[in-house]
Order: sequence, then structure tokens, then C-alpha cells
Amino acid sequence: MINVIIDNQPVSVAEGTTILDAARQTRINIPTLCHLDLSEFKMHNQVASCRMCVVEVEGRRNLAPSCATPVSEGMKITTNSQRVLSARRKLLQLMLSNHPADCLICAKSTDCELQKQAWEFGINFQAYKQGARCDFAIDKTSGALKRDPNKCIMCRRCETMCNEVQTVGALTAFGRGFEAIVGPAEMQPLVNSNCVYCGQCVSVCPTAALTGVGYIQETWEALFDKSKTVVVQVAPAVRVAIGEEFGLPPGEPVTGKLVAGLRRLGFDAVFDTTFGADLTIMEEAHEIIERVTKDENLPILTSCCPGWVNFLKFHFPNLSYMPSSCKSPQQMVGAVSKSYYAANMGIEPENMVMVAVMPCIAKKYEAALPEHQVNGLPDVDYVITTRELAKMLKEAGIDLRYMADEGFDDPLGESTGAGVIFGASGGVLEAALRTVHETVTGQELEDVNFTAVRGMAGAREASIQLEDRTIRVAVAAGLGNARTILENIEKGTSKYDVIEIMACPGGCVNGGGQPYTQDRQEVIEQRIKGLYAIDGSQAIRKSHENPSVQRLYQEFFGEPGSEKAHELLHVGH
Amino acid sequence: MSYTHQGCPGKQLALERYEQLNTYIETLHIVPDNPRRKDTLIQTLHKAQGIFGYLPDEVQHHIAQKYNISHAEVSGVISFYNYFTTTPKGDVQINVCLGTACYVAGADKVMQEFERVLDIKSGEVTPDGSFSIEGLRCVGACSLAPVVTVNEKVYGKVQPEKVPEILEHYLTEVSATGDASNDQD
Amino acid sequence: MTRINSQQQLLETYQQVRPLLNLRLNGQDVASSERTIMVCGGTGCHASESQQLVANFQALIEENGLSDSVQASVTGCFGFCEQGPIVKIYPDDVFYVQVKPEDAHEIFEEHILDNRRVERLLYTDPVLQERVAEQHNIPFYQPQQRIALRHAGLINPEDIREYIAVEGYQALGKVLTEMTPQQVIEEMKRSGLRGRGGAGFSAGKKWEFAQQYDAPEKFIICNADEGDPGAFMDRSIMEGDAHTVIEGMAIAGYAIGANQGYVYIRAEYPLAVQRLRRALDQARELGLLGTDILGSGFDFDIDIRLGAGAFVCGEETALIHSMQGERGEPTTKPPFPAQSGLWGCPTIVNNVETLANVPVIFTRGADWYNSIGTETSKGTKVFALAGQVNNIGLVEVPMGITLRQIIYDIGGGIKGGGEFKAIQTGGPSGGCIPSKFLDVPIDYESLASIGSMMGSGGMIVLSDATCMVKFARYYLEFSVEESCGRCLPCRVGTKRLHEILVNITEGRGTEADLVELKELSEIISDTALCGLGQTAPNPVLSTMKYFWDEYVAHVHDHRCPAGACEKMLNYEIDPEKCIGCTACARVCPVDAISGQVKQLHTIDQVRCIKCGACKAKCKFKAVNIN
Repeated sequence: MINVIIDNQPVSVAEGTTILDAARQTRINIPTLCHLDLSEFKMHNQVASCRMCVVEVEGRRNLAPSCATPVSEGMKITTNSQRVLSARRKLLQLMLSNHPADCLICAKSTDCELQKQAWEFGINFQAYKQGARCDFAIDKTSGALKRDPNKCIMCRRCETMCNEVQTVGALTAFGRGFEAIVGPAEMQPLVNSNCVYCGQCVSVCPTAALTGVGYIQETWEALFDKSKTVVVQVAPAVRVAIGEEFGLPPGEPVTGKLVAGLRRLGFDAVFDTTFGADLTIMEEAHEIIERVTKDENLPILTSCCPGWVNFLKFHFPNLSYMPSSCKSPQQMVGAVSKSYYAANMGIEPENMVMVAVMPCIAKKYEAALPEHQVNGLPDVDYVITTRELAKMLKEAGIDLRYMADEGFDDPLGESTGAGVIFGASGGVLEAALRTVHETVTGQELEDVNFTAVRGMAGAREASIQLEDRTIRVAVAAGLGNARTILENIEKGTSKYDVIEIMACPGGCVNGGGQPYTQDRQEVIEQRIKGLYAIDGSQAIRKSHENPSVQRLYQEFFGEPGSEKAHELLHVGH
Repeated sequence: MSYTHQGCPGKQLALERYEQLNTYIETLHIVPDNPRRKDTLIQTLHKAQGIFGYLPDEVQHHIAQKYNISHAEVSGVISFYNYFTTTPKGDVQINVCLGTACYVAGADKVMQEFERVLDIKSGEVTPDGSFSIEGLRCVGACSLAPVVTVNEKVYGKVQPEKVPEILEHYLTEVSATGDASNDQD
Repeated sequence: MTRINSQQQLLETYQQVRPLLNLRLNGQDVASSERTIMVCGGTGCHASESQQLVANFQALIEENGLSDSVQASVTGCFGFCEQGPIVKIYPDDVFYVQVKPEDAHEIFEEHILDNRRVERLLYTDPVLQERVAEQHNIPFYQPQQRIALRHAGLINPEDIREYIAVEGYQALGKVLTEMTPQQVIEEMKRSGLRGRGGAGFSAGKKWEFAQQYDAPEKFIICNADEGDPGAFMDRSIMEGDAHTVIEGMAIAGYAIGANQGYVYIRAEYPLAVQRLRRALDQARELGLLGTDILGSGFDFDIDIRLGAGAFVCGEETALIHSMQGERGEPTTKPPFPAQSGLWGCPTIVNNVETLANVPVIFTRGADWYNSIGTETSKGTKVFALAGQVNNIGLVEVPMGITLRQIIYDIGGGIKGGGEFKAIQTGGPSGGCIPSKFLDVPIDYESLASIGSMMGSGGMIVLSDATCMVKFARYYLEFSVEESCGRCLPCRVGTKRLHEILVNITEGRGTEADLVELKELSEIISDTALCGLGQTAPNPVLSTMKYFWDEYVAHVHDHRCPAGACEKMLNYEIDPEKCIGCTACARVCPVDAISGQVKQLHTIDQVRCIKCGACKAKCKFKAVNIN
């Protein structure tokens, strides 16, 4: 143990601890902007570039960056002397002098780490007003991820996340000196790069340099258009996170309140993406069983995560045949709404607008893909994130905390526990196993909990006994882990039959559209717990037992894998 | 690790030039999963720029694939160093040294004169692609200030009056051969 | 020549090749018709066709059938570049300057054949106002003590035999066969040699750190990325004596336990790269690099890595990143490279000049080396003297010499008879030193104590024609251009400093600007990540300290005392000369000139944008700048 003194407080810490962490242990908060430690996901951004965390160390000539300086025995540190505070204040002024001063109209306002620092430091004037400023073009070309390079503070979190954790390699620091910023190769439009839109960069960006492309305006316009029937679907991960935007504890399910709120906003029908998840399981389980029985085209890979599917297409194109041909739950709900539901309700599909509330950035890209249209109509018209919906509710004066619980609309509103855990890494696989197990063995599954595939670890595996066959399954969350699995498949050393892959570490609950968590990884854990709690409390916990799903097949699709199912619920991958 | 390239442009530039580059790269014996494989990247970029004259997207992709790194990474490295350019330079590249000694000796007036005669600004290329002007940081020939390098040739004690004379020499070369570029190594 | 397999064989080879230098080292005790003609082959002289000069001499030697008694070859930079191309004749020690290729004929006819000096090509000392024939009599060279530059002008850098003939590689041999790594490090520490790249850290201590770490791989890197504008010491050493650097690296490798060395060299130095490549090839051929050097069992080899035009890559962590094929952005220290450097391995990064001193420390001993210099700064330092001084070039002097001696005794005083104002040392990281410190003995500590630093050796003499504020602005421009962009204080801070200086030098400065300059400078120094940012404000801080009145004049009186800031000069029409032709008023782009035909015209100072068009147009020289 190393003993140091910080602001006259003695602290004992393990060797190798940084001054920043040592200070935190004694409840001294040293401000940071670039530092980010997401140890659960093996992300460590320690570039020491913002210099906000500088402190005085006795015996050292200049100020030390506390995030990158390990303690040594007997070190005497001061974190709040005049010298330090003056320096931090000047640094903020410098940063603000090359940053657009448009907080009032910025999407990150109240959620921006830079804004928070400026506010906490009492910055009340703008320095260097006549000074040069960067003037880069804003990039919304992908329709999913928006880049505003003028707001980049060179914290390098996005670069670290993209290159080291997600191993996508779409971002780099570009240029040198005053005009240096982070962006895609040659600062080309994002849509031309190999960005997969996983949105993890958006999650970690401290400012509005990286955000999602917004569709709030489009959604309002549809809602106000009397000629349109506007329906909405809500993803599992949203219900255990949106409460945070209203001050509720993370992970607390607010499903009923959410449905009520959506109705108040004016949606004509409120559907549950979880229904779509059950539907996905119907189709996917069928596919799994087919491939496993024939021992063909294995391993089968899940395909509901568009970030991961892009990753596969761009980095491993020769493995494009491997994922399931199923559309994602979001797309399935859209497809069914504009066919089955529309027909039943006598609505012209052209007059139906389907809005999806997602924890995800890539879903915005997925919805716009040409293969996700039926008869020229997109399954899903607009995707708004959890954060965007929270804003719309607030704009409409709806306080989620005080809504009385309401239920989803039929027929796309009923769901099972299996469907809701899609939002957690391992959930899709577990849901599939529940159905696959019963289908193959013909016996009722007593214990539906496949805990082996749950958790926050980036890669997990298990073996499931199905009669005389052992199927080996794996789960990967985070594209770096996905890469490892795919490389093994390429090399021929993969020993799995079914693999669930999610682009976001932890699963959809940690998606790029969720309320920001910065380095509070425990929030993600709470959200995951929340989903499994909902699952545990459901009466029906297997997808194939969903009565609405059963009815849908009886009335419409016939059976899983039918031609109609293929037409509406699958893509030719 | 394998990075393939969505949006990778097809190869428009001469295949012989790619062959030249590949021959060089082969001598480097790059091992795709060796964590140290990038150490010759800057050398390769110098070589490629010498062959192609500049480093456009397609060449960047090509090099990224050879090194098994992302295009973004190659692009980021290129953008950091003064030597590398992603837009074509003139066949005759005029570099005016702007180091202290040269500056004090009047290098800015020399620069202005080049700009005036060629009717382009520093950083630009003449419309026919024959001449380009750049400012250069100190080349270490300070006692010869002001210093101008044209392609690899060093001219010392250049005064604005000497500019037309220097250009004359290259103008005749350009019109004679149609191409006054040197292969840089 | 065959591979040299032992120290014994090296000494024998030395005996064999030593005669090559008889004329140059022994002086007059040889047959008087023998001559060696050495032509400077440094970049400066090379640009002035010194190669052609060598070729011409060689042709003349052939033609006249004198190959047995006369030789001509290229040699390293004499450091007197403004006087180049330089030709030196041995054993006479005669020094010809500004020699053109066609002059070879005359020198050959007169001096070689007829033993007569070619007067018109001799150096004229600007102070003595007379011609000086021998190099040892030239005031520029007299006070110099050339250790790092000991072979420049003496040997042909393209022939390893000449290096061996000056006891080359014997230090390496001695180290490998007679000393342990610990002993090598002790000797280095005792010599007192400090890093010549600018930081001035004890070379021996640095080697000791790296030696102490246990690691399967270690590296020696020679930092030849000399980027300070106005500095060319390392270039001269690389072009003129690459072998001494190679030998120094091998000794360093042995000391710390590294078997691989790299020279990271600027791409802007193609001649140095060429000479280095050739030297490496020749060393390998003779087994002085490679496996089992001199039969000692020690392996060491060196590869070259080119820079690509980024000044910041002279910073050791940035250099390492560049060598790893990345953007040359510095990273935090600790960990220091000695512990974790190239690919995480213990790495020593040493400057060219530092390494050039290493072999001679071992052939002549640490005690000899530390007898030169001051208490804290041992040995000599190579400076690149430039600016408003008569003799411009490289000077190597013992530490402890005063600035006065350098400027006046060696430099020959201020050019054009102007007044000395300040001397700038340390390049963009250094500061300006005013005349009151001219008698301070130069060493690392003394320069730091007066607000400057040793730096890599750039030394620019400024006369009263220099505006110190504009000068600070120039250096900030450089730092802004070269900032890597990683850390906030340097990326944005230096830009803001520069903007304030632009405002001040263009007449828009305010009191508040002066306060801001100081505050911002101190905070940038205090918070920047690397040496570039930490020292970027030094030109501002030192000029503000010693030339505060100039800053005040710019801001209060809107006046540039040195008359150098164009935008602050007043254009005025002389009533004695103006005839009222109206030509000036017609070319004024902002209609600032008024007056009737045939009457005195006047310029409105508020409107005037100082473009100078009126002055250029006036045929009567009636427009003056004040």
C-alpha cells in the first residue's frame, strides 16, 4: 500500500493507483473531461489531453495530470490551490473559445460534460471572442449518426472506443495542431466510411460532437397529420432506462407509465417491440433447429443487431451467409403493422406511419435500408431514441413519474419474459433456447433460466443438452469480442453452433440512444437486472406461448418459415 | 485482424505504379498479425508518394490492406506529417524555406515573388499541373538563407530578382519533356 | 578490406590505414609536393556544386599524372557555410572560401603545382579587414574546441578507412573487450556528458536507468530529427562523421543491453541519410556492426527510420510513436522511455551530438572530458551561430565560454555595424538574452537562470533592427504550426498567444493583452503535456521580461521602436517634396489621401491601411515611413 496526502487528507492506496483514483477514494472529485474508465468493457481512455485534472505535486515543477500520474510513497498533492483553480479556469476558457456557444439550441444541453464543467466553474464570460474558430461541416449523411466536428474537444474517447473496444477502425485523429479533430478517414462523409453505426462513440462523447440524427420533428409532424395513423413500438431496453430521464432509479421498469405517456402524445396505437422479439424467436428457433439438425451452415448467428450486421458485412463479407435471415424485432413489428394490422383495421398502409423508440443509433440506419421495405413501404418510418422520447414527453408536459399504468395495444402488444430480455446481452440466445429446447425435446421446460449465458462479461459460453445432442452456444457483446469469434470461424477453430452477438457491450441496455451513463457502469447492471426482473415476474416466459403470436400464425403466417413469413419477416442476407 | 473496406474506390491509377509499390512492400516482409508491423508505414508512404506523386484514397486503401490496418489509421498518419499530400502537387515543386534565418533574410518576399509570377498561392498548383509552391520549415542550410528547394535541388541566397531565372530553367524543362518530375526515394 | 574480427585486428588495420592521413595529421614532415585537397561536402556547399569541384580536382590530378602525391576528396561540414564552398589544402592548412567549380583550375595551377596561394580565394576577416590563409589563424576558428566536430574537414566521411585511421571504432573495441556495461556507465557518468538535444539530462544516468530494467529487448535510438529552425549541428555531424554516431550508439547498446539501434532522421536531410546509409553498409562489411562484433559476442545493428516533416517528433515520446508508424503525438511521462519506450521496451533516445561525444570519452578518458567546461556542464557544445553577426556558422566551444566571446571573438561582431540587442538561444523553446548578460559563462544552469535555455544549439544574434515583439510572434507562429494538437493548452493556448501578438504588432494591442499574455503563457507552461507546449511561451516570457518597454510602446504609443512592424508605421507625405501630382491619392485603395491638385497632399492615419501603394507610386520620394 502506498500512503499519500491529498489536500491534507491521508489516503492509502494500492501501488499503481493514479492520483485521480486515489482522490476519489477519499471523496475528492477532481474534474475530468477526456478521462474515461469503463473497466467492465475493457475501455480505458487515458490520453491526458484536456488537462482539467491537473494538480499540484510537491517537488514537481509543473502541474501533474492526475488521471495519468501514479502515486508514489509520501506524495503530497493539492487539488484546489489558486494555482490549480486558475489553470483549470483558463483551460476551460480556452476550450470554450474554440467551441460553438450554442448551448441553447444544442441537443446535448443539460447532458453535456463540457457545459457542466463550465457551469460548475462559474464561467461567466467568453474569452478570446475574436479568436479563430474551427469551421467544419456538419455530417448527417448516414441518417443515423451525426458528427459536428466543431464541438470536438479531442478527448479521443470515441477513437479509443471505435478502434480498441469495438475494433471497427472508423475513426482517427486527423490533421495537426489547432485544426486537429477526430473523424473518419480523410474526413469523408460517415456514410462512405466503414462505420457500422453501433453508436458507442455517441455514448462516450462528452459533448455534441457525436450524437444521433434526430427525428423528433418528423414524429411530431406525423402525429399532427390528421390523415395519418401513427403507431409506435417500444423496445425492451427503453422501459428500464427512460425513467432515469425523469429522476427515477436506473433499472426500474416504467412500462405502464411509458405506454400511458405515448398515448397522451397522440399515438393511435402503442405496440411492444417485445412482441416482435417473440415473433423473431418463432422464426429464428425454426431456423436454428433446421440448421442444427442438418448440421449445415453452422454456427448460426443472431441478426437483430444492425450494428453487428454492418460489422459483419464490412469486415467479414465472406461470412455474410452465416447470420439468421430473420429481420430484427423492430422491423418485424413494422412489417406486421403495415400488413396484418393495417388490413384488420382497414387502414391503408400508405397512411400508416410506424415510429420505433429504440435504445439504439444503428436502428435508425436499419429502418432506412432498402431491404426493409415491403411493397415500397418502409417497415419502420422513423426511429427515435430513448433520449428523444424523453424530450418529446417533456415538451408535451408529460411527467412520466405520475402516469397511471396502461397496457399496450393488441394485437402487437402482448409479450413474454423471453422477449423482454432481448435488451440484455445473452437475452436473445436464452429466449431462443427456451423455445428450441421445448420444440426439440417435446417436453415442457421446468426451469427456463439459462443463467450461464447471462452477465456483463464480453464473451460467454455454455453447452446445452438437447436430447442426444449437445449444442454449444456463445454470447458476445461488444464488437471486439465479435471479431474474435468471427476470426475463429474464419480459421475453422470455432466450436459453436449458435452465437448471439450484440454490438454494444452489455447489450441494448447500453445502446447509443440510452440516457448517458458516462462511467457509471453500475447503471447498466441495474438496467439488466430490471429486465430479468420483468422476465421473472411474467406469467408467460416462452415466446412460443405468446397467445397473440400464436393467433398471428393461425390467422396470417401459417407456420414459422412459411412463404409469407419469409416475405415479411426475413431478408435475403 | 482483417479490415476490409466498405466504400473502397476502385483503382484508377496506373497498375504499373501499384506493381512498383508492391515490389517495395514485399521487401518489408509485413506479418499481418504482428503488433509491430506498422513501423515501416512512414517509409512506405514516402515511397508511395514518390511513385504516385500524392496519396489519394485508393492508394491509402491499398496500403492499409497491405499492413492490415484500417484506412482511418493510414489517413490519420498522412494528415499529421507535412511531407505527405493527398492532392497532386505540381511536376515542379517549389519549396521556400521559412525557417528563422531565412525569414530574417527576407524569405517572405521571395515567396511573394513566386506567387506573383506563377499566379498561385502557397499550397496551390498551377492549372496545368506543372508548378506548385509550398512553404517549408528549416532545412538546415541556414547560412545560405534565403533557401529555396525545387524538387530536390537546393538554391541558396535566393533574392526575389532571381525568381524568374530559376523558373526559366524549369519552364524549359517542362516544355521540352512535358514532365519535369523526379522520382523521389 | 576484410572483416575485422578482433580488437587486435582493428589495431592492425589502424596501422595499415593510418598513412592515409599522414599529410593531414602529421603536417609538414612529409615530402613537400604531396597535397590533400579536402572539399566541403555539407548540404550548403553541396548545393553550391562542391561535388563538381571535387570531380574537377580529381580530373586535374589524373591529367597531370599526380595521383601518387595529390588526392582530392569530400569532407564534412566546416561549419562556415556562408563562406562556402570551402576547400582546404593539407598539410598547409590553407583555407579557400567561396570556391566555384571553375576555380579548381586556378587552385590547381597556382597552389598545387606552384605552391602559391590564390589570394582572391582566401578568407577575409571582417574585423581585421585582411586576408587570412591558414584555418588555425582564422578568428572564427581560434577559440573553438572541436570535439563533436573533430573530424569535420579532416576525413572523407564516405570512406570508413579514414575513420579507422583516426582511431575510429577503437573505443568500441576497448569497451567490448575490456569493460563491463556497469563500467561503461560509470565512465559516462564520470565524464559529465549531458544530453545535447536540449534537456541536458546526464547521459550516463539515463543509460543507467535503462540498464537496470530487466527486459528481453531494449533499444537505442539516435534522435536526428533536428527541427529547431536555424540549427544544423546534427546535420553536419551526420553528413561529415556518421561513423562516430554509429560507434556511440553501439557503445550505448552495450552499456544498456540493447542489440538494435535506430536512427530517426528528418526526411529534409537527404544527404545525411545517404552518408549514413553508406557508413552503415561499410561498417557492416567490416563486421563492426552486426553479429559478434570484434569477436566479443556482442551483436548490434542499426536501421534508419525517416521522419516526414513534424517538428514535434523531436520530442522523445513523439519520436517513438512516429517510429511505431503512428501519428507523432507525445504521451505522458512517466513512464519514461528508459523504462517503457519503443514497443514498451526500455529505450534510450540520445541526440546526435551527445552520441558523437561518446567514442572520444572512451579513447581519451572521462577525466579528460570533465576537465573541460564548468562545474555542472562538462565538455563542449556545438552552436549554430546566425542572425546579425559577421561570421555565421557552426561553432564548438567549451562550456563556460561567455556569450560575448562567441558573438565578438568568434562571430566577428554585429554585421553592418549595428548595435547588439539580444541573442536568442534554444530555438522556439528558448529565450532572448540581453546585453547585460553577455559575460555570463554559458552552461545549462546559467542559461536557464536568465530565462533562456541551452536548447539544441541554435543561437541567433539580434540587432536593434529587430522588434522583439515581432520576434516572439514569429516563434509562436512556429509553435502553432508544429503543435501536435493532442493537449488543450498547446493546441488552443499557443494559437491565442499568437493572436494576441499579431494584434499587438499590428497596432491593435491593449493593456489587457499584456496581462493576458503573461497569465496565459504561465498556464500553458504549467499544464502542457510535452516539452513543445511547456516551452512554447518562453519567447514571450523572456522578451516581456527584458524588453517590456517595447511591448508597452506597441500598446500605449502605437509605435514599434525598432521600426519593424509594418502595420504600425506611419506613412507621411513630406511637404518639402510633394508637388501635388495626385498620383498617390489615385492609387490609395481606401481613399485615405486628400489634397488639391498642385497642393500638399496628406494621409489620414486612421484610414490608412499601411499597404505602401502610395510610397511605391510616388516618383518624388515624398512618402516616408516613420
